[in-house]
Amino acid sequence: MVEQTFWDEMTSDGADARAVYARVDQWLRDTPPDVLAARRSQAELLFRRIGITFAVYGAKDAGERLIPFDIIPRVIGQSEWSLLEKGLIQRVKAINAFLTDIYGAREILRAGLIPSDLVYRNPHFRPEMAGRRAPHDIWVHIAGIDIVRTGESDFYVLEDNARTPSGVSYMLENREVMMRLLPDLFGAHRVAPVENYTDLLLNCLRSVAPIGSSREPVVALLTPGQYNSAYYEHSFLADRLGVELVEGHDLSVRDDVVYMRTTQGPKRVDVIYRRIDDDYLDPLAFRADSALGVPGLVNAYNAGNVTLSNAIGTGVADDKAMYTYMPEIVRFYLGEEAILKNVPTWRCREADALKYVLEHLGELVVKEVNGSGGYGMLVGPHATRAEIEDFRAKLTEAPDNYIAQPTLSLSTCPAFVESGVAPRHVDLRPFVLTGADGSRVVPGGLTRVAMRAGSLVVNSSQGGGTKDTWIIEDA
Amino acid sequence: MRIHIRHEIVQTFTPPAKGLNAIMRLTPRSHEGQHVIDWRVEIDADCRLRNSDDSFGNLTQAISLAGPTGQLRIAAEGVVETFDAAGIVRNSAERFPPELFLRETLLTTPDAALRAFASDVEGSDAIERLHALLVRVSERFEVPEDAKPTKHAAGAGPGAAHAFAASAGSAHDLAHVFVACARLMGAPARVVSGHYVSEDEASAACHAWAEAHVEGVGWIGFDPLLGICPHESHVRIACGLDALDAAPLRTAGASAVVDTTSILVRMADRQMQGQRQQ
Repeated sequence: MVEQTFWDEMTSDGADARAVYARVDQWLRDTPPDVLAARRSQAELLFRRIGITFAVYGAKDAGERLIPFDIIPRVIGQSEWSLLEKGLIQRVKAINAFLTDIYGAREILRAGLIPSDLVYRNPHFRPEMAGRRAPHDIWVHIAGIDIVRTGESDFYVLEDNARTPSGVSYMLENREVMMRLLPDLFGAHRVAPVENYTDLLLNCLRSVAPIGSSREPVVALLTPGQYNSAYYEHSFLADRLGVELVEGHDLSVRDDVVYMRTTQGPKRVDVIYRRIDDDYLDPLAFRADSALGVPGLVNAYNAGNVTLSNAIGTGVADDKAMYTYMPEIVRFYLGEEAILKNVPTWRCREADALKYVLEHLGELVVKEVNGSGGYGMLVGPHATRAEIEDFRAKLTEAPDNYIAQPTLSLSTCPAFVESGVAPRHVDLRPFVLTGADGSRVVPGGLTRVAMRAGSLVVNSSQGGGTKDTWIIEDA
Repeated sequence: MRIHIRHEIVQTFTPPAKGLNAIMRLTPRSHEGQHVIDWRVEIDADCRLRNSDDSFGNLTQAISLAGPTGQLRIAAEGVVETFDAAGIVRNSAERFPPELFLRETLLTTPDAALRAFASDVEGSDAIERLHALLVRVSERFEVPEDAKPTKHAAGAGPGAAHAFAASAGSAHDLAHVFVACARLMGAPARVVSGHYVSEDEASAACHAWAEAHVEGVGWIGFDPLLGICPHESHVRIACGLDALDAAPLRTAGASAVVDTTSILVRMADRQMQGQRQQ
């Protein structure tokens, strides 16, 4: 196997730190390991006190876990960020235009740019939404776009999350903890603030309230309940937004209007920030066995009396098969080239691509189109011969179900691990908010870090950690 | 054939349901082979009936009931004239290209047994294969020759794979099996809910069957319970990807146990007789 080289965000593979990292580099040189270790345990204590934990489904100790937090901040310069920001906003704009089209005139299918079965047979496409328009034509108010970096100015989109992206609470908590933990280091930089995220989110949600409501729109956050792995985030956000945290049984629908139970009696709700999947939203429209949803909600939404954020059916835009068409989607709706690159992807449904993939299985990552969470995946360089042969058979039998990508050389950042300060692989999930008055990206996002040496898996369920992301003025 | 029918549904809630919402698909649309002369839906409750249509083009009525509801009585009644069109449904309200109806849903997801069953179906062209499938599904479920749709509208049922394994089921189940197999064979297919009246006697029942799309011909009905293509005894009400999409009535409210009875009565068509006398 060829040893891959990785771009390090601090050193850029040279001896000296890049300019944006100069102060962090100096701080790391000046601070003895035992002080770093002390800071780390302080951080852990803070997180425990805050109570920020997450649950792993199916794990034996199904209790709540603390996500490892790395105290060394990730630093990104303002000019690098500006480029990213532009690219993110462009991408979300294209996704919204795509959804408006797919549930409306379906021009892109008529133009033959996307195979129609990718839409019509997509499990996340909602036939129920066909012919409906989202308020202000915004379907995705909150998007989390996963970005990986492979070089100085090489950013790739790994995945679009246009349904109910989570993780923003970590972005906010990480910043708070860092400001308390390392005030001097923080003060030495001009770090762009992320604290205003919740204000921006609230403004965004209010801006898309049904047209015609004259009073201040009432917003509620709908959670599946405390057994959901992201429940902490739901309650955290409701608290910061200053809106009610509700479960399905707290809401009712009468004559296409949604009401919330309050101590003062029923109160009309205008915008629901829902963190429940489409399937469970309304037992009258989707899964009849859902006890999490609100009967009649979809009718209320279609009647234009309530806004759902994100809208129903956005999943068709963020699945792995559609991802491969994003450059075409951006071009089709915006007449521009995509600023953010896609990871080169072979669609195995195409004969030439399939041939290439079958010949290079040992080097590629093969993913199931509708799979998630790392299931149904082949990582060529780490697979045994038997696993590769197994996938060869699967690919030959149902090529439509698979895409393949090269193994990416994710950038590394310094992290404080057991052995001291060492480079670890990272990715970034910035959050894009889109309201009636345009899109905004809070400068920063959730940086996930693979805490194990050499590991490229940043998922928190697989031992990944997080770190604070600093967007600073260029030095 | 001129058909005058009355469909009564009574739902009983124990304990009485609060904040009840319901969506009904009880109103037929006209298409070639079916002409709706007169139709109305009545509800024995104090509420507004909101008319709309769903994404499949079915006519819907929605209601909300605030107070505790012990019993909900709904009646749909009307007159349709049907013609035998050899099962072919033309000029129906279509909102999607047929391709959409290749989607799988929870109730129509095939398992290995169903896949094997569908792969054994033979025929020289699409229509022949679908007819072969119709025969195979009917035989598999050993529907006796004098079978009639039951008087009660069954629920959506347990889904195609489950019904197939049990080799037993309602009209919905058979329709699910047919639809799942047809899709595996590459034919867009959907479930239709409606009514069946027999020509000779004055009986009628709620029923469900399937439709499959054949390029160049259009949508063709297949009734696996009766082993035939629908004819003038079939009144087509609603269609969808599975029986839930086409369900005559879907209700949901705060945790109440529901008991449903559904009765279809064929009425003597006085209007028609009156016309004859003139």
